[in-house]
Amino acid sequence: MSVPLDPARPLTATGGNLRRRRRVDQTVRGIATLAALVAVAILVIVIVTVASNGASQLSISFLTKDPTGVLGAAGGGIASAIVGSAMIVAVATAMALPLGVLIAIYLTEFSKPRTARPIRLALDLLNGLPSIVIAVFVFGLLVEGHQQTGFAASFALAIIMVPLIARTTQEMLRLVPQELRDASHALGISRWRTIVGIVLPSALGGILTGMVLAVARAAGETAPMLLLSSIFGVGTTINIFGTALPNIPYIIFSDSESGFPSDHARAWGAALVLIAFILVGNLTARAMLARQRRRIMSR
Amino acid sequence: MDTSQPEADASGAPPLAPLAITTREGPPTTATEVVFELRDLGVYYGRTLAVDGVSMKVYKNVITAMIGPSGCGKSTVVRTLNRMNDSVPGFRVTGEALYHDNDIYGPGVDPVEVRRRIGMVFQRPNPFPKSIYDNVAWAPRILGMKSGLDERVEKALRGAALWDEVKDRLKGSALGLSGGQQQRLCIARSIAIEPDVLLLDEPCSALDPIATASVEELMQDLKRTYTLVIVTHNMQQAARVAERTAFFSLDVSNGRRAGVLIEYDDTEKLFTRPNDKRTEDYVTGRFG
Repeated sequence: MSVPLDPARPLTATGGNLRRRRRVDQTVRGIATLAALVAVAILVIVIVTVASNGASQLSISFLTKDPTGVLGAAGGGIASAIVGSAMIVAVATAMALPLGVLIAIYLTEFSKPRTARPIRLALDLLNGLPSIVIAVFVFGLLVEGHQQTGFAASFALAIIMVPLIARTTQEMLRLVPQELRDASHALGISRWRTIVGIVLPSALGGILTGMVLAVARAAGETAPMLLLSSIFGVGTTINIFGTALPNIPYIIFSDSESGFPSDHARAWGAALVLIAFILVGNLTARAMLARQRRRIMSR
Repeated sequence: MDTSQPEADASGAPPLAPLAITTREGPPTTATEVVFELRDLGVYYGRTLAVDGVSMKVYKNVITAMIGPSGCGKSTVVRTLNRMNDSVPGFRVTGEALYHDNDIYGPGVDPVEVRRRIGMVFQRPNPFPKSIYDNVAWAPRILGMKSGLDERVEKALRGAALWDEVKDRLKGSALGLSGGQQQRLCIARSIAIEPDVLLLDEPCSALDPIATASVEELMQDLKRTYTLVIVTHNMQQAARVAERTAFFSLDVSNGRRAGVLIEYDDTEKLFTRPNDKRTEDYVTGRFG
């Protein structure tokens, strides 16, 4: 600072201060890069482990046959669990999607800041509720005194999905420019028609992505299944209101608890099916979003 | 389709009204029907008085310009005319804003119906992320003007002098158009529902000079059918397109900052022989 700067000096790091700053800079950059790589590595390791352990199980019959029902016997598939999981998640989505989107519409289009803030907070708190707590609540509401049903599990998953869908949808609706709403209003179009005709279509890709992410999250939830849909027979059924439905998370849980190697293998196989379903869903959602964005942007 | 409206097309159109007849007292003699009458209009945002004491009449089939420095309330006034400010928190009007002798803010008035008759074109082109065709056809479809929709779209696009440029790509996205084309599409979208009035809130401020010229030319066509009110901070534009011009300014006396109407007259008169010193300072470039 006291030494006057000589502008003609070579532009290389000569002073100790500058060299030290460069070292710190490189170190921090290295650590941050490493952290980013760790995130990728964890995902890769999990997928590779599940895939290498589960791949040997994968076969047409694994996906299309019901379990044998014989203790410790090899063979049999997880068809009933795939169907059951699909049913439970589909019914949960059918309940959570309209509710979540309507909440988001209320928050972005109708509410005043004073009412929106507590509702957003409530959604965030709901989102943070442990799934076992939600499961116990639904158990007391629908199962106790009656029996386990697939619907009870759907109900619990819907509670888990609503805040996810509402929050992502709300973020997407907020991205829709106010000018588009103004343009529609200036044409003498009512608020509701504006929302249905302009706001929601503009945000559709984002809403679908939010839905798929919520589905992916719900499909793997295990705690609600343990309490609400874990006592089931071996056969495939879609009687979601009458009985508990077999489902993938519970199969993974119970088979990995078992003492038989054939059950362990089946657990890995089921885990691979679940993870593949979630990954494919995620990537499809993103691709859909990108395609829609391109279509809107392109001429 | 309703064909009672005169075509904005060259064929069979009524002859252009002579421009800017400069009678000092009254409106241009070709059109005397009053569309808007503001009586001591004041606009509040919360407790802040944004516009105060505006009284003026807007005449049918005349282009009326509102000019003035930034923050003088000209946009606020024009957005008050079709209740676009309703969504602004704390927005409140005092005085009267009459549209064909009906109070725009009277009890039971539906803002949707107000905007159905009084269309608006905004500062930045804001086409919907839909095809060119759907941009124009969407509102008529919802408002129940379903018969002859193709003809209606064509007529609106022709009316906005855009048809020849887009007729081969009606299914293409509106966002692929240039800025000037997008703005003319927004005008086409507005006139497709056959409003009575078109409000233009600085419609050319985001456009280049060539696109500006095409929109200004278009306005001369449109005024045969519609009543136009244009807000602009470009004085030359007001002088070029408008028969009547209102000059707004910011009144900062008594510790307040409110937009007020200084002078409202025939454009030629306002620009060449203004009554008020503040108008003269502004139009000669000494201020603002």
